[in-house]
Amino acid sequence: MKKIFGITGLLIVVCIITALASESFLSGYNLENLVRRTALFGIISIGVAFVIVTGGIDLSIGSVVCLVGCGLPWMLKTYHLPLPVALAVVAAVSVGIGLLHGLIITKLRIQPFVVTLCGLMMYRGITRGFTRDQTFGFGSNYDGLRVLSTGNIPLPFIKGFAIPAPWITLLVVAVLAAIFLNRTIWGRYLFALGRNEEAARYSGINTDRMVILAYVISSTLAGLGGVLFVLDVNSAQPVDFGNVYELYAIAAAVLGGCSLRGGEGSIIGVIVGAALMQVLRNMIMLTTTRTNIEFAIIGAVILLGVIADELVKRYAVRRRAAKALAAGQS
Amino acid sequence: MSAPLLEVRKFTKSFPGVRALRGVSFTLSRGEVLAVIGENGAGKSTLMKILAGVQRQDGGELFLEGECIEIRSVHDALARGIALIHQELNLADNLDVAANIFLGREPHCAGIIDARRLRREARQFLDAVGLDIDPSVLVRTLPIGKQQLVEIAKALSTNARVLIMDEPTSSLSSHEAENLFAVIRDLRKRGVSIVYISHRLGEVKELADRVTVLRDGENAGELAHEEIDHARMVKFMVGRDLSQFYPHQPHTPGALALEVRALRTPANPQHEVSFSVRAGEIVGIAGLVGAGRTELVETIFGVTPALGGSIRIGGVEMVPQSPLDAIAAGLALVPEDRKQQGIVLGMSVRENVSLASLRRDQRHGFLNRSREAQLSAQMIADLRIKTPHDGQAAQFLSGGNQQKVVLGKWLALEPRVLLLDEPTRGIDVGAKQEIYRLMEELAGRGVAIVFVSSEMEEILGMSDRTLVMHEGRIAGELQRTELSEESVLHLATGTHSRATLS
Ligand SMILES: Nc1ncnc2c1ncn2[C@@H]1O[C@H](COP(=O)(O)OP(=O)(O)OP(=O)(O)O)[C@@H](O)[C@H]1O
Ligand SMILES: [Mg+2]
Repeated sequence: MKKIFGITGLLIVVCIITALASESFLSGYNLENLVRRTALFGIISIGVAFVIVTGGIDLSIGSVVCLVGCGLPWMLKTYHLPLPVALAVVAAVSVGIGLLHGLIITKLRIQPFVVTLCGLMMYRGITRGFTRDQTFGFGSNYDGLRVLSTGNIPLPFIKGFAIPAPWITLLVVAVLAAIFLNRTIWGRYLFALGRNEEAARYSGINTDRMVILAYVISSTLAGLGGVLFVLDVNSAQPVDFGNVYELYAIAAAVLGGCSLRGGEGSIIGVIVGAALMQVLRNMIMLTTTRTNIEFAIIGAVILLGVIADELVKRYAVRRRAAKALAAGQS
Repeated sequence: MSAPLLEVRKFTKSFPGVRALRGVSFTLSRGEVLAVIGENGAGKSTLMKILAGVQRQDGGELFLEGECIEIRSVHDALARGIALIHQELNLADNLDVAANIFLGREPHCAGIIDARRLRREARQFLDAVGLDIDPSVLVRTLPIGKQQLVEIAKALSTNARVLIMDEPTSSLSSHEAENLFAVIRDLRKRGVSIVYISHRLGEVKELADRVTVLRDGENAGELAHEEIDHARMVKFMVGRDLSQFYPHQPHTPGALALEVRALRTPANPQHEVSFSVRAGEIVGIAGLVGAGRTELVETIFGVTPALGGSIRIGGVEMVPQSPLDAIAAGLALVPEDRKQQGIVLGMSVRENVSLASLRRDQRHGFLNRSREAQLSAQMIADLRIKTPHDGQAAQFLSGGNQQKVVLGKWLALEPRVLLLDEPTRGIDVGAKQEIYRLMEELAGRGVAIVFVSSEMEEILGMSDRTLVMHEGRIAGELQRTELSEESVLHLATGTHSRATLS
């Protein structure tokens, strides 16, 4: 819980700065868009958080978003598949990718970084291959489905702002994820093996199966994210659709309190982290004409955030020790 | 004696929720072996870490040759001639032995490591601790006892004036320990001062010129050379007498609980191992380090699946392919290497205690939190685990208390067959007796107990029957009536003359 305070504070500060710097930040249209993007990125960030908790990493997320995001409209348009069939194919591919990653990582003992880095290259390459770099979208069809991403849930009494529909999906995913991580024995297993895989195995935990599960969750949520992203923008270019999304997701998870060493993480933190990432991007877009420095600013803010977090933690430890000393002497 | 070489005055140190040191003082003379003893969590390791520059004291002063000094870092301490051999192994196991010994002090020429000199000098320190291994083998491939000796060779190589050893023998066999004692005596002769921490009071008596006792972060007493005896040390440590140390009672064994037939372990595939244990029986497995005892129990527990043979648990044939299988069949293993295989350092005491029994206590996959809290409270009470609360991260517990947490995890499972690999390593006398009593109680309730131990006293004191292993096979079996130090060593070394043993 304490970990979230810091990042939430940072989020608020960045919001205030942006609001002061640009009037359009608080406009209904901008906020709605921002909140929508947060929900979409929140979903893929939660996925990668599972992998990070096990001490692993998933670099293939952006490419899975691309594969699914381009693949879905491509299948609908080129093969005229019925929608449910196309969605089933997309789901199977997403799950299959995670299964493949997990099996290679656990059974062949190849490092997650390497396996998913290769995934990053392969899935985008495959997508560009079958689409021949053509842009795909839904045109004016499937509006019913697109509501999932583009829809709004009006709030009573508030005009000019409505909750974007992806939040429904995000909330369902987040609640399930939080329950899984904190309330079930499997969540506990993930935390334990993230910290000491050998001790977990000696305790009768099927560590391989749990690790595979984490990669399946990650790629499945990336696939879900891919579908929602393409429903939102209605046009996916294989060359850059989902490009570097894995970095946004990993950064959100790390800002939200996941340790890359494994064994730590909270779902709310990850969502706040995802929000922070989106506000930063929004700030850059609104306040400067030079959006090409986006990464410089995002990188600097993340670094500062992580350093500040570490310093605060050290200070807290020292304070508590001093308190123990004082209590003992009185 | 002249002015002491080293004097510690009123050291204090606190951690969140714990006052580890509350004003500890002691002196150390040149060429003296000072034993520091005390219960788990008394503050021994903390005190030594401060001297070695790993941690800073909150208050108190340190004098070296009468001069008040401050030690700011490990480097500082080494420059002053103070070296610490940590309680837990601290080797880079991906590097070879020679590289570890000279880590950070490699002989080099313009930054290029002089590999031949490195090996040659490493060899010399390995010889000094009686370790006959190639300096170019990877540390990872060595058994834990040998790693410990490498650690000692490393400390020797710093040419320290003050050498601090925090439980150096906890993973050594008696033979290796004897070797180390010879090294210590030799160092003492050469004027090196040694601080020696151990829970094995026999060793302390054998080695120490003086004993200082800590209790709850304070000085509890000091014993001059001629006053050192078991009863006095125990009394200072626990504040009461501990009579009848081994609570052993003869058992009436029940049905066969564990039968191992012609088992081939991956470590020693050329030998077949067979033995059986009855319910309510306590069977000790003795042998030198490297005799294949750990490999045997790990194979039975499914950590490294067997290459052949059969295992019957409670009459049901099954060869565990994973610890999960073994646990389901009613086995439990308290592993040898606490830090690697036993404990999850970043998790709380509660989460560690419940880890193996989560599956059993689950409610359709959900954690049973009240049961978890109840289990950990029970284990903290039964095993007297010293922790401010059950949410404390295991990494902040003293070594002995971590071991108790691991033990608690397996006891929580209520196994039918309990395998213990060096169960009392690093545990203080009071807690040791606690564990022995627990073993007795479990045996009385019909649990079959197999324990691997390198402590002769423990084997003699606790086992109904002893299997002695030598080079991967069971060299012999001793009934309680035949059990003696001599008969065990005889089988363990595979020799017939006792003269070669010590
Ligand atoms: N980094 C830390 N944070 C919090 N508490 C700590 C830390 N290090 C030690 N402690 C606590 O300080 C006390 C003294 O620990 P210490 O390791 O010095 O004991 P010890 O005498 O070496 O015990 P053992 O015989 O079990 O090794 C213990 O209660 C321990 O839990
Ligand atoms: Mg200690």
